[in-house]
Amino acid sequence: MSNYHLDHLQYLETEAIHIMREVAAEFERPALLFSGGKDSICLLRLAEKAFRPSDIPMPLLNVDTGHHFPELNEFRDRRAKELGAKLIVRTVEDAIAKGIATETPGQVSRNHLQIPTLLAAIEEFRFDCCIGGARRDEEKARAKERFFSFRDSFGQWDPKNQRPEIWNLYNARLNPGENMRVFPLSNWTEMDVWEYIRKEKLEVPKIYFSHRRQCVRRNGQWLPVNDLVPPKPNEEVKELVVRVRTIGDIISTGCVESPADSVDDIIAEIAVARVTERGSRADDKVSEAAMEDRKKAGYF
Amino acid sequence: MVAPLNHSVDLLRFNTCGSVDDGKSTLIGRLLYDSKSLMDDQLEALERSADITGGGQINLANLTDGLRAEREQGITIDVAYRYFATPRRKFIIADTPGHVQYTRNMVTGASTANLSVILVDARQGVIEQSRRHSCIASLLRIPHLVVAINKMDLVDWSESRYLEIRDQFEEFLPRLDMKDVQFIPVSALNGDNVVEPSPHMPWYHGPTLLGHLESVHIGSDWNLQDFRFPVQWVNRPNNPSDPALHDFRGLSGQIAGGIVRVGQKVMALPSGFTSTIKEIWTYDGSLQEAFCPQSVTLVLNDDLDVSRGDVLVSTDNLPGAGTDLHAKICWMHGRPLQPGRKYLLKHTTQTVQAVVTTIEHRINISNLEAEEGVSELVMNDIGEIRLRTSKPLIFDGYSTNRLTGSFILIEQGTNATVAAGMLHPPTEVATPEYKDFAI
Repeated sequence: MSNYHLDHLQYLETEAIHIMREVAAEFERPALLFSGGKDSICLLRLAEKAFRPSDIPMPLLNVDTGHHFPELNEFRDRRAKELGAKLIVRTVEDAIAKGIATETPGQVSRNHLQIPTLLAAIEEFRFDCCIGGARRDEEKARAKERFFSFRDSFGQWDPKNQRPEIWNLYNARLNPGENMRVFPLSNWTEMDVWEYIRKEKLEVPKIYFSHRRQCVRRNGQWLPVNDLVPPKPNEEVKELVVRVRTIGDIISTGCVESPADSVDDIIAEIAVARVTERGSRADDKVSEAAMEDRKKAGYF
Repeated sequence: MVAPLNHSVDLLRFNTCGSVDDGKSTLIGRLLYDSKSLMDDQLEALERSADITGGGQINLANLTDGLRAEREQGITIDVAYRYFATPRRKFIIADTPGHVQYTRNMVTGASTANLSVILVDARQGVIEQSRRHSCIASLLRIPHLVVAINKMDLVDWSESRYLEIRDQFEEFLPRLDMKDVQFIPVSALNGDNVVEPSPHMPWYHGPTLLGHLESVHIGSDWNLQDFRFPVQWVNRPNNPSDPALHDFRGLSGQIAGGIVRVGQKVMALPSGFTSTIKEIWTYDGSLQEAFCPQSVTLVLNDDLDVSRGDVLVSTDNLPGAGTDLHAKICWMHGRPLQPGRKYLLKHTTQTVQAVVTTIEHRINISNLEAEEGVSELVMNDIGEIRLRTSKPLIFDGYSTNRLTGSFILIEQGTNATVAAGMLHPPTEVATPEYKDFAI
């Protein structure tokens, strides 16, 4: 192998940096969606790599469901401060209070309430582009998504009418009111994300690592017991050694029993895992097309 | 099992193409299944849907057909991307549909591929679809081709049938400018020669499909000869706290060709101003040299007026330049190409106005022959055109460099991406706009 050859992480990195810079150059008011989760942590490092020594030329935006793990929000706020980045938080609670979002009885997560909240934030700040950390390997509907994913003025994704993406030439053009979602990590897998975290020595919230937590067994998953997930009368509360593999809404994110307390351990664990990352997310199990339906409605 | 990758591995991107029932999705499903890249919950979801689409049998195609309409109609609508890894390599699969009307999807999936897998149904042999897919792979200059002759179980694992199909294909090959072609007899449904060697075809001594994907040499697929750096974004810190950065002016971008070194003389085009490389800045520290396709920030020794859309090149190896261009294009939109109409043309990091002056001919993508007397190009047509741009493009022929030789056309108003274009080699070398300043 010649010296002029990139390994897979270097390739994914240069592809993502190229996309970040296209966003900065082609859009007037972009934002970067940052939740404090592992994928958006990688996005932030890629933004540093794309734009330093300048400041990251866009604010960070988080749509807080109000059902976030507290550890995650603490981490989110601290990280934004360390980077000197502007962090905008819009909450589902507020959106419900303003009548922008409505709760449905029996909902398994507040993910669908993020949709109107996100769309309202886009309108409020007139963002023309939001960079997100979604990956194509996460879910079948995501596998069909473009790097530059066009949304009409209602925020909707039309999977049958996507702009073809050829070579590395991204069509970023919009008419007023339209919007772009851009996913620099499209080609990354869960393993790539953790290998990048290891390579870059990135800090991640502690809930990704093994810890003791009170859990109840529900729908084949261990759910963390908290104010929002009180144990039902017939449920047995168990204290387990667990970690979270994917972080979503606290009422639908299952914990996995795991002794992994370092990035190396996590990588070794994923290597032999027999369940996908989103296998621990109840919101994706509602139907075969759960994600497709959310995305068509404007989910990121 | 996906091995923990503690050593560095590279990445192979490939696309798969075949006709509707060639078993393409099944082949991908088999690659994922047999390389243990499928997870229990994915298998469980497959089993859940088995009763609906597979008559109770697990249908591996359901793994890739992610959208509801696809599962209902049993077709693949759009390019889907899949990921898997072995201890030797990581893979990105672009699954492109085989329907006649979906040439544009194959062009999309193939544009970033190192390799194309073309599926041929052993019962049918080489049909028009197979020729089309091979021609598109050749037009897009995909460096490596695999012809997977599938459904060998349905022709009694017959060697003579395999050889017959190989001969049919080889007869057609000289037209294609493909240097590396590998034939592999497989049964995607049963897994023969996909990951494991087939016990049914002892007469075949070549690699399995996965074995070939793991070992094909892709080190020389990028252009490392001609330095090309389209400026993407000018990097000027606002009020930096570090005084050393007060005068920092970097040019950020992805190297689209060749190698750049500190001290090297470069020319900015179209202006023609020259300077030398002072620093190759990256977040991880300065580099002495950088190469295609790395993303870097270049600092020059002179303060040249350079911005997005300009290109830095090596002075001893100049690209072409011009406003009158000759190209092959694939038309990708329902509204046909109209000569005389203005489009936006995006090439590297610049977008200019362009008008298609002439459609020279359409290319018959079953045999690459020219069809004369064509007044328009419709969706999925590939044609040879001449166009004129409002500003000169600084470019290379697509055959020399896929990144500086390609463009897209965008329809004004709707902003739809309507065409993918591949430029012919330039007839004129770039000359500086400001000759007085040139060396």
